[in-house]
Amino acid sequence: MSGAARRFTIALMVIGLALAALATAGLPAFYESFLYIIFSWIALATSWAILSGYAGYFSFGHGAFFGAGMYTTATLTTRFNVPFLWTLLAAGLIAAALGAGIGAVVFRVKRLRGELFGLLTLAITFVLGTIVLNTRIDGGPGVFLSAVPLPRLLASPTGTIYLLGLALAVTTVGVAYAIGRSRLGFGLFAIHDDEDVAEVEGVPTFRYKLAAFALSAGIAGVAGGIHAMYVGYVTVGETFSITVPLYVVLMSVLGGARHWLGPAVGATLIAASLYAFTGGQQAVLGRAAVALVLVLVILLLPEGVVPAVLRRWRSWRPRTPVMETAPAPEILDGHAREPHVAPRPASLVVSDVTKAFGGIQALRGVSLSVAPGEIVGLVGPNGSGKTTLINLISGHYQTDGGRIELGDVTLSTRPAHEVAGLGVSRTYQIPRPFAHLTALDNVAVAATFGAARRSPGHARAEARRWLEFTGLSRRAAALPSELNLHERKFLELARALAGQPRVILLDEVLSGLNPGEIASAIGLIRQIQARGVAILFVEHLMRAVLALSDRLVVLNEGEVIASGSPHEAMRASRVIEVYLGKSHVA
Amino acid sequence: MPSLTLLGQALVSGVLAGGIYGLLALGLSLSWGLLRLVNLAHFALALLGAYLTYQLGTALHMSPWLAAAAIVPGFFLLGCGLHAVFAYFRVTEFTSLLVTFGLTVILESLLQWFWTADYRRYETPYATASLRVGPLFVPVLEMLACLTAAALALATWAWLRFTYVGKALRASAEDPAMAAAFGVNHRRQAFLLSGVSAAYAGVAGTFIALISTLAPAQIWAWVGVVFAVVIIGGLANPIGALLAGLLIGVSESITMAVVTPAWAPLVSFSVLIVILLVRPGRV
Repeated sequence: MSGAARRFTIALMVIGLALAALATAGLPAFYESFLYIIFSWIALATSWAILSGYAGYFSFGHGAFFGAGMYTTATLTTRFNVPFLWTLLAAGLIAAALGAGIGAVVFRVKRLRGELFGLLTLAITFVLGTIVLNTRIDGGPGVFLSAVPLPRLLASPTGTIYLLGLALAVTTVGVAYAIGRSRLGFGLFAIHDDEDVAEVEGVPTFRYKLAAFALSAGIAGVAGGIHAMYVGYVTVGETFSITVPLYVVLMSVLGGARHWLGPAVGATLIAASLYAFTGGQQAVLGRAAVALVLVLVILLLPEGVVPAVLRRWRSWRPRTPVMETAPAPEILDGHAREPHVAPRPASLVVSDVTKAFGGIQALRGVSLSVAPGEIVGLVGPNGSGKTTLINLISGHYQTDGGRIELGDVTLSTRPAHEVAGLGVSRTYQIPRPFAHLTALDNVAVAATFGAARRSPGHARAEARRWLEFTGLSRRAAALPSELNLHERKFLELARALAGQPRVILLDEVLSGLNPGEIASAIGLIRQIQARGVAILFVEHLMRAVLALSDRLVVLNEGEVIASGSPHEAMRASRVIEVYLGKSHVA
Repeated sequence: MPSLTLLGQALVSGVLAGGIYGLLALGLSLSWGLLRLVNLAHFALALLGAYLTYQLGTALHMSPWLAAAAIVPGFFLLGCGLHAVFAYFRVTEFTSLLVTFGLTVILESLLQWFWTADYRRYETPYATASLRVGPLFVPVLEMLACLTAAALALATWAWLRFTYVGKALRASAEDPAMAAAFGVNHRRQAFLLSGVSAAYAGVAGTFIALISTLAPAQIWAWVGVVFAVVIIGGLANPIGALLAGLLIGVSESITMAVVTPAWAPLVSFSVLIVILLVRPGRV
C-alpha cells in the first residue's frame, strides 16, 4: 500500500469510528436521523459515480436498484420472516444481479451512451415500478415494516439505523477510492474518454462496465434495504420516483463525479440543505433555492466543487507536486518489480481477408505477412482499404472471411482487448488521446492493459520510459489538449509502444509533421524495428515509405495489386496505372 | 373482452390524449434534434402556461383564447431569453439536461408557492361539450387540441423542409462548422427555434388548462411518456412526434380499457426501451 493510500485508509477509519462513537455516546434521535439521511445519500451518490462518474455512463436508473433493495427487504422481512440484517445481503445481491442483467443487454448496443443510456435506465425504473405495483410484491397499498424486529446494535432504533448507514457510507467511499486507483478504475477512466480506443488499448470494456454497474447497483440495493427499515412504510410512488436518480446525479455533478470524494461532498451539501427546509411553504422555497444553486454551480463550475477546490489549492501551493507528476515507482499491490521481459517475437499473417460495409466491399481477399523486425509498407490511394485492414487486425471490426494470425494464435475471432493483450498495438491517423488523462496516464493505460500486464503503479514507471523514448518527458503532466500535433502524434507512438507489442500498426504517423519532425519519427521507427517488433506501416509519404520499408504491399479498391521490394512494387504496371493513369504505363 | 364500443371509445380518447403528447413532444424534439439541448424545463413551461391561462381566466375573466394570444408571444421571448443563458455558458447536450432539471424544480416550486399543491380545475362552458359520432363521444376541447397539434406539426414540418431558415437549422444540426462556412448564422436561428419551441409549450399549456386538472407535480408525470414519444418519433421530426404521440396515446388507452389502468405506464416505457435497444441510431 502506498503512502497516500495508507493515509486515506487511516483517515477514513478515524472519521468512521468518531462518528460511530458519537452515536454510542447518546446523540439525540433527531441528529441521528438527520445524519443517517446524509449517509444514505453519500452511499447512493458515491455508488452511482462508480459507473456513471468514472466510466461516463450517466444512469438515471439508480432509483430502480434502490427500489429493488427496498422491496427485497420489505418482502423478505414481512412475508418470509427473514432477519433484517440478512435481507440487506439479499437486497444487495438482487440489485447487483439486476444491474448486471441490464448491463449484459444494454452494453452490447454500441451507441447507447450519454443521454440515451440515461433515458433507457430511467425507463427501466418506471417499468420496474409498474411491475412491482401490479404484482404481489406490492399490489398497490404499500408494505408496512413496523412489525419487523430491528436488531439492537445500539439502544435506540434510530441509533442502529444510523450505524448501518454510517458503515455503508464509509465502505462505499472506501470502495470508490480503491477502484479509482486500481486497474478497474484506470480502465473505467479510459472508457469515459474514448471507449473504442480503450478497447483497442486492451481494456476489457464490456466486463469492466458490467462489473462497475453491478457494484454500483448492489450498493444502491443495500442502501435501499436499510432505508426500507428507516421509513417503515414502502410505496411504489415514493420508491420508483424520479427523486433518487435525479438527486444522485445532481449531488455527484455538484461535488465532481470523476473524483472519489466529489459525490460525498455533493450529497452532504444537498441533503443538509434539503433537510434545513422541511415542512410547509418554507420547504417549497428551500427546494427552489437548492435548485438555483445547482443551476449556478453547473454553469459556473462544470467539473464540480471538489476538483475546482483542489485546483485552487494546488495553484496556491505550487511547490506541492501534483499526484500525476510524483516520482512514479509507487508499488501499489506489493508485488516485486517485474523485469522487462521482451515478448516472444511473432509474425503477423493476414490471409484472404474480406470485409464489406453494407453494399461496399472494402476488402476483397487481402493477404500479407509481417515478420518480426520487418517493416512492411502498406500504400494505396484513399479508400483502398488500408485503415479498414488496420481496424480488422486490431479487432475493432470483425472480418467477414479469411484469417488473421499472430504466430500460432488466431486474432480474427477475438475481441479487440484480447488482440491488444496478445501484443498488437496501433496508432490513429488523427490522434485519439484520452482527453481527461495526462500524457503520462495516457501511456500508462496502454502499459496497464497491453501485452505486458502491469498494475497502474508499475505502468506509470513504464510509461515514463516511453515518454522519454519519444522525447515527451517534459510534457508528462500535460493534458492532451495542451499538446501540439507533433506531440500528440508522438504520444500515439508512446502509447502504442508501452504495451510491449509484438506487432505495431502505424496509421499515417507522419502526416502533418514538418521535415525535422519526420526525420526524428523515422529514427524512432528504426529503433522500434531493432527491438524485433513487426511493423505494418501505412503512409502516403512515399519518400519515407521507400526509405523505411523492407517490403511494400499496394492496395487498390480492397485488393492487393502488387507486393515485393519497394522499388519492384512501385514499378509494377498496375501500380503506375492506379496512381498515374493508363497513359503512363510504359 | 370489452365491448366494441368501449374499445372504440378507448381508441378515440387515446388519439386525443396522443395529440397532447405530440404537442408537448414537438417543442422538445425540435430543441433536442436541432440545437442538441435536452430541455426538461419544457414540461414546466407548459404547466406554467396552463396556470397562467387558469389565472387570467378565473381572476380577470379573460377568455382562454385571448389568454393564449398573450401567453404564446410571451413564451416566445422567454424561450429566447433561456437560450441566451445556454449560449452564454456554452451549455452542452448533457449539462443542458442538468441545468433544465434545476430550472424545472425552480418553476415547480414557484407554481406551488403561488397556486399551492392543491388540484385546480378551470371550469369553462366548453369543458363538457362533446360531439356524438354514432355510439362514441368526442370531447370538443380535446379534439381541438389534437387538431392544433396536427396543424402545428404539419406547419413545422413544412417550415423545416421548405424555408431557408429550416434548411439552415437542419444543416447546422448536422455540422455546425460546415454550415457556418456556408454562411449560416446559427446563433440567430437558434434563438428563433428556442422561441418557437417555448411558444409551443405555451400552446400546449392553454389546452392543458382547459382539459385537465392542474397540480405542480403534474410536470413529472409527462417526462417519461413524452421522452418516449420524442425518441420514437425521431429527433427534429415534427410529423414523427405527432404520430408517435398518437401511437403511445392509443396503446395506453387500449391497455387501460383491456387490462387495468395501472399497467398503462408499462406500454410507453417498454416501447421506448425496445426502440433504444434495437434502433439506437434513430436518436
